[in-house]
Amino acid sequence: MSRAQKLLRTRGVAAVAAVAALGLVAACGGSDTGGTGGGVKDGKVTITMGLFGVMGYKETGLLDRYMKEHPNVTIKAEVAGDEQTYYTALQTHLAAGSGLKDIQGIEIGRAKELVDTQAAKFVDLGDVAGVDHFLPWKLSQVTTKDDKVIGLGTDIGPMAVCYRKDLFQQAGLPTDREKVAELWEGDWSKYVAAGKTFKAGFKGGKVAFMDSSSGLFNAMIYGNSQQFYDKDGRLVYQDNPVVTDAWTLASQAATSGLTAKLRQFQPGWDPALANSTFATTVCPAWMLGHISEKAGPKNKGKWDVAKAPKGANWGGSFLGVMDKSPVKEEAKKLVAWLTAPEQQAHVFEKIGNFPSSQQALSAPQVANATSEYFSEAPIGKIFGAAAEEIPDEQILGRKDGTIKDIFSQGLTLIEAQNQSPDKAWKTTDERIKKAAG
Amino acid sequence: MSPDPRIRHDRDRPRRRMLLHRLDLRGAPYAFIAPFFAVFAAFSFYPLVYTGWISLHRVELASLDLMEWVAFDNYVALWEDERFWNALFNTFTIGVISTVPQLLMALGLAHLLNYRLRGSTFFRVAALTPYATSVGAAALVFTMLFERDFGMINWLLSVVGIDNIDWENNKWAAQTAISTIVIWRWTGYNALLYLAAMQAVPRERYEAAAIDGASRWQQFLKVTIPGIRSTVIFTIVLSTIGATQLFGEPLIFGQGPNGITGGADNQYQTLGLLLYEEGWKNYQMGRAATVAWAMFLVLILIFVIQRVVKRIASRRA
Repeated sequence: MSRAQKLLRTRGVAAVAAVAALGLVAACGGSDTGGTGGGVKDGKVTITMGLFGVMGYKETGLLDRYMKEHPNVTIKAEVAGDEQTYYTALQTHLAAGSGLKDIQGIEIGRAKELVDTQAAKFVDLGDVAGVDHFLPWKLSQVTTKDDKVIGLGTDIGPMAVCYRKDLFQQAGLPTDREKVAELWEGDWSKYVAAGKTFKAGFKGGKVAFMDSSSGLFNAMIYGNSQQFYDKDGRLVYQDNPVVTDAWTLASQAATSGLTAKLRQFQPGWDPALANSTFATTVCPAWMLGHISEKAGPKNKGKWDVAKAPKGANWGGSFLGVMDKSPVKEEAKKLVAWLTAPEQQAHVFEKIGNFPSSQQALSAPQVANATSEYFSEAPIGKIFGAAAEEIPDEQILGRKDGTIKDIFSQGLTLIEAQNQSPDKAWKTTDERIKKAAG
Repeated sequence: MSPDPRIRHDRDRPRRRMLLHRLDLRGAPYAFIAPFFAVFAAFSFYPLVYTGWISLHRVELASLDLMEWVAFDNYVALWEDERFWNALFNTFTIGVISTVPQLLMALGLAHLLNYRLRGSTFFRVAALTPYATSVGAAALVFTMLFERDFGMINWLLSVVGIDNIDWENNKWAAQTAISTIVIWRWTGYNALLYLAAMQAVPRERYEAAAIDGASRWQQFLKVTIPGIRSTVIFTIVLSTIGATQLFGEPLIFGQGPNGITGGADNQYQTLGLLLYEEGWKNYQMGRAATVAWAMFLVLILIFVIQRVVKRIASRRA
């Protein structure tokens, strides 16, 4: 091989290598036009959705029905199991302006943050026809100062207390749901007092009165219009008696051994339901499905639902449409249909997510609903009454979701790590300042 | 005597050839390694510098275009933040209790695999299987095993009369559990590295040692270990880097919000988790970038200390 040839070859290799390297760089730095995955092709519309948890649209066959009724529409829904993971990804996608779906689910704890910081990236859903059927407070949670509605309500979470009749009987407490509700009527501290009676009266193995103190804490604060923030967006949790009272009572329950020291929706909770290691849990309507599934058929009829001391709302979500979506109008129509009264009633009937639509609330299949698993409890009436007790105005804050998590962890410090409530409060306070400051 | 252009041309030609030849010899290697460095510059060096730039700002994930210059405030805050020291200490302790037993077990395993065994290929493949499973799957399974009330490990312990251990909420128990996941995943991998090195140790040395009356154990200590010293150092470096970046195992072990903060009391929060908490839970990219740079500096510090120790050791010898 002559030198020239050899040189040529080297050069060739180097050139190829250089081009390849550049190509790699270019490919990754390539511009993203910010598509949302959906689009129109040959008259066929594709709509993408990002959902989390069990919102019920895929699970109850509503998406399939919509596609059947609209043959030119294909819906691709991606469901994340964990909302924290989902929201982190949503934040990242919003910041990057890519990777978004046409329709994105919004959890209530994140609503305010999105309303305050990302409203421009959402379509205004206020002008869609026939969306005046929502509970007023539900709609106001996703309305910006200049009256833009960035999402339509899916479900709400009115709360009751789910309890085990058989375990109550063993502890010498009443089992009838009316009598049980009387035990703690009007005051959450009576619920804790009932727990002490339960603990004293229950003979027969390790059964705690409630699953976790954070469930109690949530129930107490969510019954008030002002929680962690005030109307002007200032953090007020330190001085808000709603929060401090809830903290005091929840930590009292934790230190008197009334809880099973579990974390709701975390690994140990499901087997605890299956093995009956606690007698009550504060349950928003959407939790019934989870309990019946995890506690299993062998505990059917042992569970019942009683009215909570005070009406409160835990959870509930919204569906928003992205402004960048190429199929905005179709996506709007889909969202309006999914959140319409009939569909909300359908989801409630199938899996128990409670409607946020006033019309759906008064629909007979909702109002007269009973739960077979929970001893034929009239859940439509119980949760409907709880929904009416939810304050008309609920002030949300930007970091509500994060702060709720930090409070749960603070209670874990007391419950499972035997820290004093004072020390745990101090830690919690510092953490909130770091996370929300 | 005016210079004849033809002659000049002839005189230049070999020179140019020489130049090309030298370019070929000297330049070609650079051309060959260029792709790596181009990719390195784009995906490692630039992000590193950019991360440094972000760390000098106050900036939130949702509004990356709004950066507020704060100079070294983030670094000062991190230095004064007890969570940082806690995470650094946890990274160190989890690193030690996972790396040390892991490498010792790998050595032993490699030594056993080095014997003439029936079905040795099977055992070698089996040793590598844990490494092939994903962190997520492994961590999830171990989380179930270490569950407080109904986990298998507590059940086994109860058989021998030990009370339920709250693996997650007890600091050392949690760190041990996480180390178990790391050890399970990486022991086989390191064992195969050691095995490869062991097979390069000349057989004659063992024969000579055997003739001198050395036992198996003595052979292992006096022949095998010195023979694979460089591989051992290599695995230590590799494990140290891996331990510094520990993230997936504790995240999944804690599940949900507790995973991100490394337990309710940050009892097993590592530097990787602290970075994630700042960036993807609190959405403070400036603070997250500061943690990233701190991790980088910690690694450099470890490297420098190792060099110094080595130099002192060799001077003594």
